[in-house]
Amino acid sequence: MRKFMFFLLFLLVFLVGGAGAAEKEMKVGFIYVSPVGDAGWSYAHEQARLAVAAMPGVKTTYVEAVKEGPDSERVMLNMARKGYDLIFATSYGYMDPMLKVAKQFPKTVFMHCSGFKRAKNMGTYFGRIYQARYLSGIVAGSMTKSNILGYVAAFPIPEVIRGINAFTLGAQSVNPAVQVRVVWTKTWYDPATEKEAAKSLLDVGADVITQHQDSPAAQEAAEERGAYSIGYDSDMSRFAPKGHLTDPIWNWAPLYKKLVEEVRQGTWKSQSLWPGLAEGIVGLSPFGAVVPQEVRNRVSVAKNSIIAGKMKVFAGPIKDQKGTVRIAKGAAASDKELLGMTWFVKGVVGTTE
Amino acid sequence: MLAIKITKKQEFSIWNSCFLFLAALAVSLGISAVLLMMHGKSPLEGVGLLFKGAFGSPWAMEESLVKAIPIFLCSLGVATTFRLQIWNIGAEGQFALGAVGATWLALLYPDLPAFLLLPLMFLISLAAGGVWGFIPAVLKIRLRANEIIVTLMLNYIGILFLEYLVYGPWKDPVSFGFPMTTQFSAGAIVGTIGDTKINWGIVLCLAFGLFVWIMLRYSRVGYELKASGENVKAARYAGLPYDRLVLSVMIFSGALAGCAGFLEVSANLNRLQPSIIVGYGYTAIVVAWLARLNPLFIGVASFLLAGLKVGVENIQLELQVPAAFGGIMEGLILLTVLAGGFFTQYDIAIGRKG
Repeated sequence: MRKFMFFLLFLLVFLVGGAGAAEKEMKVGFIYVSPVGDAGWSYAHEQARLAVAAMPGVKTTYVEAVKEGPDSERVMLNMARKGYDLIFATSYGYMDPMLKVAKQFPKTVFMHCSGFKRAKNMGTYFGRIYQARYLSGIVAGSMTKSNILGYVAAFPIPEVIRGINAFTLGAQSVNPAVQVRVVWTKTWYDPATEKEAAKSLLDVGADVITQHQDSPAAQEAAEERGAYSIGYDSDMSRFAPKGHLTDPIWNWAPLYKKLVEEVRQGTWKSQSLWPGLAEGIVGLSPFGAVVPQEVRNRVSVAKNSIIAGKMKVFAGPIKDQKGTVRIAKGAAASDKELLGMTWFVKGVVGTTE
Repeated sequence: MLAIKITKKQEFSIWNSCFLFLAALAVSLGISAVLLMMHGKSPLEGVGLLFKGAFGSPWAMEESLVKAIPIFLCSLGVATTFRLQIWNIGAEGQFALGAVGATWLALLYPDLPAFLLLPLMFLISLAAGGVWGFIPAVLKIRLRANEIIVTLMLNYIGILFLEYLVYGPWKDPVSFGFPMTTQFSAGAIVGTIGDTKINWGIVLCLAFGLFVWIMLRYSRVGYELKASGENVKAARYAGLPYDRLVLSVMIFSGALAGCAGFLEVSANLNRLQPSIIVGYGYTAIVVAWLARLNPLFIGVASFLLAGLKVGVENIQLELQVPAAFGGIMEGLILLTVLAGGFFTQYDIAIGRKG
């Protein structure tokens, strides 16, 4: 009996191995750092994957919750070996593993989100979410009564620091007296820790809470205390129906569809892409009912001038926490400076460590 | 009236336990298949993909072996402490310390040739992991502090220490503020065997495995370990050096986990970053129990569980089941095998009362 079972098993493995090779279609793989059901970062990418999957002649797959070490290298190798034509890796820590795999599979196209290393068959992309953060800062600065905004921050890396600074600048643009208090959780997704961090900010008088992590825990904490909240990644209004104001959100679908089409046509080239509000990659989710029309108008004006290129978020003069001018009057931060930003603007209470 | 009568078995049969192990594995695979079915996926295809992804091709075997190396080393260590009924669940932190120690040397002397640097990194990882095992052992002997709590807490401290270093003093200046050290120099990287992805660490695994097996079987320490593990009071009465045994197994266990940290950071990551911590120290505990603390079985179980982790990615990739499925399967296998272990030790008879 047992021998028979083993035989069946081998037969099965053989059959599964033999199947496959049907008509040529474009295969696109995605690698996510967290589960897709998190309403956050990976969820936003997953929505775009579904849009790509709906394109004719395209087959997609994903592997979620992939750790950023050797595990990610194996998953990418696995996809490349299975003949995937285009692979998206959507976390910073996938950069070096992807570079290694890209060298081994020169015919596969690799796209890495948020990094800076490229190869002939490996490009990078990210979105200027800080522009949307600036807009959400305008909303927060207008709505606060205590003039204390709480920011539940993820990791002290440039991406997060840039977002905090942009949020603060947006709030200050409508309310110079405002201060932004920062608490680091050193998590991307840990609802319990993030909720506690949000509570500690509420305890020191913050009446608008926002966060960088991928869970809506901060929204829930704010809602329980009757405070306002601004989410991140995707529309998080269902987690805080009363106090929800808006969210800076990702909309990767147009970019992903464009890249898939480019690879299919053979026109793809390795570049470093950093689209923003103008390209529709980032934006704000619909406002909550509590946001008055006046505030909506302010946001809309700022949004239009950013899109038209008339206004830059990081335009001087901008001082750091110590009062030193970091970006001179009349100048604007270059992309290189933005990507390596490790200091807080004046008005942020907290350290970058 | 029917009654269930449970009696302890008089003799222990290895074939019986092998059969039960396979049966338990089959039961857990069966439950997993049902879960797949509930997800609307073909269960047979799922199980097939799992095997194919883990062991179905030369490179799949390689990947599983590479992943089995750190699990094996951590597990071999904790199993030694378990024999003495000392519950070291701190392999995770000891692993972290070993990685930190090795990285320290790699960053300090990047220009040393490999034949000097690698042995030094190896030794310091043993020492660093060993210290992390020494602390709870001393606290247990001197203050009667519960080693389960202390080793668990030291895990957090070890991992936070690692994070402090990569976020602070050791951060790569060109990493745009991201938490990772610079890439190791060529002399600090443990190479791979030929064209495979398997690193030379596997030789260390064999050496340590053989060492533990011989020690347990033929040495006086091995005898003392087994005797003290069976009955602490009797062992003390017989004059066995219980405290010294506790100290040595904890240091040994920590050193092995530290060595795993060294191999992982040097051979697989080539730099230190927080994502080196993926739970090998906890998987090691599962493996040790599955293998009933036997060094040879630990090798087999490490390979199987590593294969499970690798194979589950293949199911994900092809069928898009959630990542949590892998964790569920791991838990199911442990549960069924441990439950099955009951039947190797006890006879169950159903009969009429009276």
